[in-house]
Amino acid sequence: MLSIKNLHASVEGEEILKGINLEIKAGEVHAIMGPNGSGKSTLSQVLAGNETFEVTQGEISLNGENLLDLETEERAREGIFLAFQYPVEIPGVSNLQFLRTAVNAMRTHRGETEMNAAEFMKLAKEVSKQVDLDPAFLKRGVNEGFSGGEKKRNEILQALLLQPKLAILDETDSGLDIDALQVVSKGVNALRAEDRAILMVTHYQRLLNHIVPDHVHVLAGGRIVKSGGRELALELEERGYGWLGVKDEEATPSAAS
Amino acid sequence: MATTDKEVNELIKREYEHGFVTDIEADTFEPGLNEDVIARLSAIKKEPEWMLEWRLKAYRRWLEMDEPDWAHVGYPKIDYNSISHYSAPKRKEDMPQSLDEVDPELLKTYEKLGIPLHEREKLAGVAVDAVFDSVSVATTFKEPLAKAGVIFCSISEAIQDYPELVKKYLGSVVPAGDNFFAGLNSAVFSDGTFVYVPKGVRCPMELSTYFRINAANTGQFERTLIIAEDSSYVSYLEGCTAPMRDENQLHAAVVELVALDDAQIKYSTVQNWYPGDENGKGGIFNFVTKRGAAIGKNSKISWTQVETGSAVTWKYPSCVLRGDNSVGEFYSVALTNNFQQADTGTKMIHLGKNTSSTIISKGISAGKSSNAYRGLVKFGPGAEGARNYTQCDSLLIGDRCGAHTFPYIESKNKSAIVEHEATTSKVSDEQMFLCRQRGIDPEQAVSMIVNGFCKEVFKELPMEFAVEAGKLLEVSLEGSVG
Ligand SMILES: Nc1ncnc2c1ncn2[C@@H]1O[C@H](COP(=O)(O)OP(=O)(O)OP(=O)(O)O)[C@@H](O)[C@H]1O
Ligand SMILES: [Mg+2]
Repeated sequence: MLSIKNLHASVEGEEILKGINLEIKAGEVHAIMGPNGSGKSTLSQVLAGNETFEVTQGEISLNGENLLDLETEERAREGIFLAFQYPVEIPGVSNLQFLRTAVNAMRTHRGETEMNAAEFMKLAKEVSKQVDLDPAFLKRGVNEGFSGGEKKRNEILQALLLQPKLAILDETDSGLDIDALQVVSKGVNALRAEDRAILMVTHYQRLLNHIVPDHVHVLAGGRIVKSGGRELALELEERGYGWLGVKDEEATPSAAS
Repeated sequence: MATTDKEVNELIKREYEHGFVTDIEADTFEPGLNEDVIARLSAIKKEPEWMLEWRLKAYRRWLEMDEPDWAHVGYPKIDYNSISHYSAPKRKEDMPQSLDEVDPELLKTYEKLGIPLHEREKLAGVAVDAVFDSVSVATTFKEPLAKAGVIFCSISEAIQDYPELVKKYLGSVVPAGDNFFAGLNSAVFSDGTFVYVPKGVRCPMELSTYFRINAANTGQFERTLIIAEDSSYVSYLEGCTAPMRDENQLHAAVVELVALDDAQIKYSTVQNWYPGDENGKGGIFNFVTKRGAAIGKNSKISWTQVETGSAVTWKYPSCVLRGDNSVGEFYSVALTNNFQQADTGTKMIHLGKNTSSTIISKGISAGKSSNAYRGLVKFGPGAEGARNYTQCDSLLIGDRCGAHTFPYIESKNKSAIVEHEATTSKVSDEQMFLCRQRGIDPEQAVSMIVNGFCKEVFKELPMEFAVEAGKLLEVSLEGSVG
């Protein structure tokens, strides 16, 4: 489904991604782990087409289609979804209106009719129950005054509504209390499907008890330095990143969040 | 070369001849302003002697006034002797005969705004058969209004039919000597709207210039007078969201509202005059004086405006809160794009006891435009317990535009309370990326973010108007992202 070949990307002239290779098949769940500042969010943003980052080399394709030729919104309509590490607020725009606009943009792209306000309200209420978010949040401004955990649940709500082909979840588990972690994991597991791939960035192997990945990769210094199965996460938990030959300054360029 | 020159000369000559012809028909006056021009204007309109005197007095005052230069706008000096101060509505044969003859750009905009087909013709100035209009209009609003005793007519008709009311109130809120543009308007106002709501009457419907078909062509010096007697209520909508093209560059309107005891006037405007092209060429200069006098106790005047048009806007709908416990409100969205300049805001003059006012101003600047809020809140010595709340928010799209806020507060009463909040924000790259990541077009994203920013003002507009206003912002913002 997703194929990344020798991907290099830089920001303000500084190279962050230094040759990423990754193949993800439909139905698979991949976890990406790695030290702070190693480029995990950068990879997620580059996949979604954030123009802040310049792709200097390499290829990305989704089901054979070259993603680098597509604008952000076109990639989204092809089924790329990114749950943000730091979801941004849009004051005054109701969550409901935002979500309906998004869902209808996708539907229009697929040649389907748009959903009217009543139909969508019904759907949105059902899905918000799934992520244990009070429907009152639908009426509030997008992420406006949401707590950290509420923002994360709102991201999963969006993934469930938009039903993407590839869901990239950037630290959707961080900042969650124990109950919220359960709820979010349940949401992610609900996303798992034969025809869908999930790429999740996480720092905690704890999450992987709830969502069992097919593959685990370690990203360090802009490269994937190690790949393995579920057990790799456990090993990392025990031994840290040092044994992988990741240099110290690469491993901890900034304090852990 | 020679032939071309000759052709050009021919053309110039023909225009000149044309000018003579129209002069004889009194369709359009030759450029220039003097007492003779005013007398002829008044005569064509068959005005009574007192009206002519009123105009001439205004003209003499105007001659001694200077054009204001304090607004945060720049525009070429206007030569008042080079513009014609009266032109009758176009004759039918000069109008486009069908939509095929209308500027396709204009039609595209109508379509985007979702304006029904039969209305597009009217708006584009197509020579439609007036019979259909006047019949439907008469039945939809003339009858219920007449039953309620509400007078809703052109100001020219009011001068003929209700001279006592006009004499009593015309210029009572905005005197001819108030400011340069109001003075000019008083001397040469062409036409406009007159509304009178009798005691205890709640006007049975929203009044709109849109209903009054010929009001669409009131010309460049429009005059509006609305009087609400004791315990009456009226909501008035001015303008429409369809873009208005006009050959006249200068528009100087005057609007006067009078609210007596316990009366309420709600005045909503959507201003969408031609703003000029994306290079800043052309466009209307809109210099308007709008003021409401809340004379009676417990009276209330609300202004709601959505301003997206004009090259240069200079406009401060104001409230004079004279009656005890009277209330003034100002809700405004002003959007500027490309090279547009807007200097707009309000004045709340608190004179009576326990008067209160609310100001919510939302300024949006895109392109290379400049958007200024200018507000004055003034408390007279008698304004015991008066209070004002002002909230002024600016939103910037891109980094070549500007927003400015000029709040002035003058207080002669120690018990008065003022609260002021101001914010400036930008449509951020992160917000845009979030919207686009969810599959939303950049242009739709901007318009959604801007609509969210304006929510507090839009909810003051009558429902369907609010929907139209939202669409209007979307169209006005076109090309602001790139
Ligand atoms: N817009 C930007 N401008 C400058 N530098 C940037 C920008 N975005 C990312 N970087 C830099 O790129 C490097 C990788 O950042 P990235 O956010 O991808 O790390 P991460 O692996 O997601 O870290 P964390 O685990 O802390 O979330 C960091 O050194 C960061 O400072
Ligand atoms: Mg990150």
